[in-house]
Amino acid sequence: MRAMLIPRRLIMLGLFAAFVIWCALTMDWSWLPRYTPLMLSGLWVTIWLLVVTLVLGFALAVPLGLAQAIGPWYLAAPARTFCTIIRGTPLLLQIWLLYYGLGSLFPQFPWIRESELWPYLRQAWPYAVLSLTLSYAGYEGEVMRGAFASVNKGQIEAARAFGMPKYKVFFRIWLPQAIRQTLPTLGGETILQLKATPLVATITIVELYAVAGRVRQDTFIVYEPLLLLAAAYLVIAGVITLGFRWIEGRGPRMSR
Amino acid sequence: MEQTLELLSLSPPGWGANLLRGLAASLQIALGAFGFGLIIGFFGAMGKLYGSPWVRDLLEVYTTVVRAVPELVLILILYFVGTDIINQIAAAMGRGPVEISGVAAGIWVLGIVQGAYATEILRGAIRAIPPGQTEAARAYGMPRAMLAWRVTIPAMTAFAIPGIANLWLIATKDTALLAVVGFSELTLETRQAAQTTRAYFTFFLAAGFLYLMVTLFSGVIFGRIEKWARRGQPSHRAS
Repeated sequence: MRAMLIPRRLIMLGLFAAFVIWCALTMDWSWLPRYTPLMLSGLWVTIWLLVVTLVLGFALAVPLGLAQAIGPWYLAAPARTFCTIIRGTPLLLQIWLLYYGLGSLFPQFPWIRESELWPYLRQAWPYAVLSLTLSYAGYEGEVMRGAFASVNKGQIEAARAFGMPKYKVFFRIWLPQAIRQTLPTLGGETILQLKATPLVATITIVELYAVAGRVRQDTFIVYEPLLLLAAAYLVIAGVITLGFRWIEGRGPRMSR
Repeated sequence: MEQTLELLSLSPPGWGANLLRGLAASLQIALGAFGFGLIIGFFGAMGKLYGSPWVRDLLEVYTTVVRAVPELVLILILYFVGTDIINQIAAAMGRGPVEISGVAAGIWVLGIVQGAYATEILRGAIRAIPPGQTEAARAYGMPRAMLAWRVTIPAMTAFAIPGIANLWLIATKDTALLAVVGFSELTLETRQAAQTTRAYFTFFLAAGFLYLMVTLFSGVIFGRIEKWARRGQPSHRAS
């Protein structure tokens, strides 16, 4: 901490503070009070989307990684194809394919149109959650494949030798070790997922990014909302980084 | 099926030609941004490794901010900043507002983003060179420029290729984001075709296929380049 506060850094910090004050004084922030409730609800939507798609995506990434690491070919091949397709095409296109493409196919099937789910399928958020989940699963599945492959085989053999049933070996030995292996990458992937959330603004979901767009349309003010937005994402990314550093520091040391 | 093929055909009732034109624009922007990003990355890595403390801290701010803020937000900020600067220069020279081409704007905007990632990749690659190699070259009295050209760059290339390959894939995929700002590249052309014909699923699938072909083909090319860059090095992977 002391190394951070050398004179050079203090001067830079001062310059930064001067920049912030200059922004606050000379730029036009008159729109802010009016849009604060919308901004807060946008922030909430962003965080909600992030958490939900991370959890769902991770739950999907585990079988994807497992299938690729040790699965038989008829499971490994589709899993690999899925990951390749997700990683090889832009997320924006995937979102639009699901929302506009799938959304325009669904009404052609009467059994979907008459089902209980139909009112939900006409909204944007199921498509947003689905596309972000699949995207995260595609990237994270690739990471999990490496993690599953790198767990020490001797430990699994030892557990088997003690007569542990297969599912117990998986949940007690294999999965925890693999997750600990991926922790450093997981932080990076989480920030990538955070940076992916603004894309759902293009399918009418009002999250943080969409609020800035609305301010621009209403008031023709361009820089102020975008700067505020960038600052908000920096803060969220910083919290995620610190959180993962904390988790990594807490976990028992890897014995190597 | 026949209807689908007709929609995708190259000559007018079909929209295939539009998609291919969009693909060409996407690749053009991606290539330009990739090159621009590598140039920034090279100087950025040099600055981070050998620059003064001020330069290092400033570059740290650049890479941290760019890598933490969503590309879409950066694209908008950089796009407006870029047009503002150019228009102010034009006004100072006594001209009216300038029309900026989509390709140039896309290259400028995505290049700045790519530069931050390239800085980190190249810095890591230079750090991975065994220090004995550069020391030996310096012991022979090689001047700095020659040392960079003959030792650092060739030795670094092999380490940098996987990251650089990733960066190129990100460049091709990030061009899609420009559709949100309204540049007509593949994704926007696709959306326009889909909206006109109401065949959303067909066109987005077709565009996905095009992107996938580009990324798969790039993977093969970069695999070759990596093999070439590693020639003469003991390989730790049996293949």
